[in-house]
Amino acid sequence: MLCDKCKKNEASIHITKYVNDEKSEVYLCEECAKETGHIDENDVFSFKNLIAGILNPDTKDYEFQQGEVLKCENCGLSYKEFVKEGKVGCADCYDTFEDNLLPLIKRIHGSEKHIGKAPEDMHKYLRVKEDIKQLKEEMEQVIEEENFEKAAELRDEIYALKKKIGSD
Amino acid sequence: MFNKNNITLSSWIKQKGNEDQIILSSRIRLARNFKKIPFPGQSKKEQLDKVVSKMKDILLNKNLKINGENYKFNYIEIENVSPVKRNMYVEKNLSSPEFVKNGYGKILFYDQDEKISIMVNEEDHLRIQILLPGLQINKAWQIADKIDDIIEQNTEYAFSKKWGYLSACPTNIGTGLRASVMVHLPALNLSGNINNLFEVVGKLGLTVRGIYGEGSESSGNIFQISNQITLGSKEEDIIDNLASVTKQVINQEQTSRNRLFSEREVFIKNKILRSYGKLKYAYSISTNEAMELLSYVKLGMEMGIIKEIDSLLLKKLFILIRPAHLQSLIGKEINSEERDIKRAELIKNELNVKGGKI
Ligand SMILES: [Zn+2]
Ligand SMILES: [Zn+2]
Repeated sequence: MLCDKCKKNEASIHITKYVNDEKSEVYLCEECAKETGHIDENDVFSFKNLIAGILNPDTKDYEFQQGEVLKCENCGLSYKEFVKEGKVGCADCYDTFEDNLLPLIKRIHGSEKHIGKAPEDMHKYLRVKEDIKQLKEEMEQVIEEENFEKAAELRDEIYALKKKIGSD
Repeated sequence: MFNKNNITLSSWIKQKGNEDQIILSSRIRLARNFKKIPFPGQSKKEQLDKVVSKMKDILLNKNLKINGENYKFNYIEIENVSPVKRNMYVEKNLSSPEFVKNGYGKILFYDQDEKISIMVNEEDHLRIQILLPGLQINKAWQIADKIDDIIEQNTEYAFSKKWGYLSACPTNIGTGLRASVMVHLPALNLSGNINNLFEVVGKLGLTVRGIYGEGSESSGNIFQISNQITLGSKEEDIIDNLASVTKQVINQEQTSRNRLFSEREVFIKNKILRSYGKLKYAYSISTNEAMELLSYVKLGMEMGIIKEIDSLLLKKLFILIRPAHLQSLIGKEINSEERDIKRAELIKNELNVKGGKI
């Protein structure tokens, strides 16, 4: 559907208005919606604004300090492009722009440390769990054989492994 | 006239779920990227191809067993599919509106029941999504966790010890997890309390959006509630928080419904039955008006005012009346004036019998 106002762009925003209980419907493109105040820029583009707000004031100083434009060597994204779009280009960008990202990330998330699921940990965790299982079986075996000295050794070993992966 | 063979409905639309008077669906979305390949925005074509072929290797031509259930995957290439068909995937929430725009290497994977969908080469290499009917946010997370493990065993994700799973957008790093519920809140909206509720929800780390996600408007008293931040909390805590706030929202809506019926009985009964009448007899009707009227009919059915309709029929109608589904049912593209007429006809047909025809 074409935009009701400019009749040129594809309409992407549908607005329902009520005036004295009369309903009217308008279809607008993004541009016209912004122009007529139907999109609150703060609302829809809040993240872009946030990034720009936090990073833009420093952009000039930063480039000046660096003496050149900061750029990610892996993907080629420049700091300027990052500030403009609010998107990074690759995993390495997080290292390249770390100093600038850190305050931003703190402000978005109120945190700077991931504490959830982790891929490497998963493998490590599963491996250690398997080790613990085997040691436990071995311990039961030596207890049956009344080799309590060996059993105590195994118990300490299990304890250490459990501590390592934070389980009890 | 309306050919139901032209469409497939996701299981979240066809099946009942807990609390589904108020909670239409529960969704988990994980943002993931492959190690060493730039994110799609900075990738070259052959890098995007690499992501696609890796995902085909992992997902296709096999039964994936997850928590005792079998999943068989299929896929579409966005650029090879008509705009109407693309938009069907948006309308049933399998894809974001952004993803179906033209772009090289964009692939949408989905299983036979359309519970799991994976957008490949959206803003991130992978957007893994689980969609279930009613309030099942925990179950959706369990499925997401498993499919994530399966993919991870076959590849390596971009992950930082400090910042977790890395994403093209710093708002998504850490867990990469967006958990959301789609809620139907007609009574809270009618009583004017909805903004208060959203304010409170906002203070609890959650955010409210329209039905197609960020920036979209609400329609038919349907809203999406999701976690705002992804870094610094465990997945389980993010989900628990959403689930417990959602339960409060359900209580608030129930209270508002009871209050409406005890304090403004004539008003609400009139609103419901007039909505029902319009749906049954309109000659032409827009998507938004139909959504709104269906919302009040659903409320009427749940409050025992309207008895002859099946609740799943209404849930299906919420989807079938949207432009892409409607045009698929008809089998051709038509302009919006014609659509409004056909939409009215479809609703009239479906409301005729208890379970509907489609
Ligand atoms: Zn326009
Ligand atoms: Zn980069």
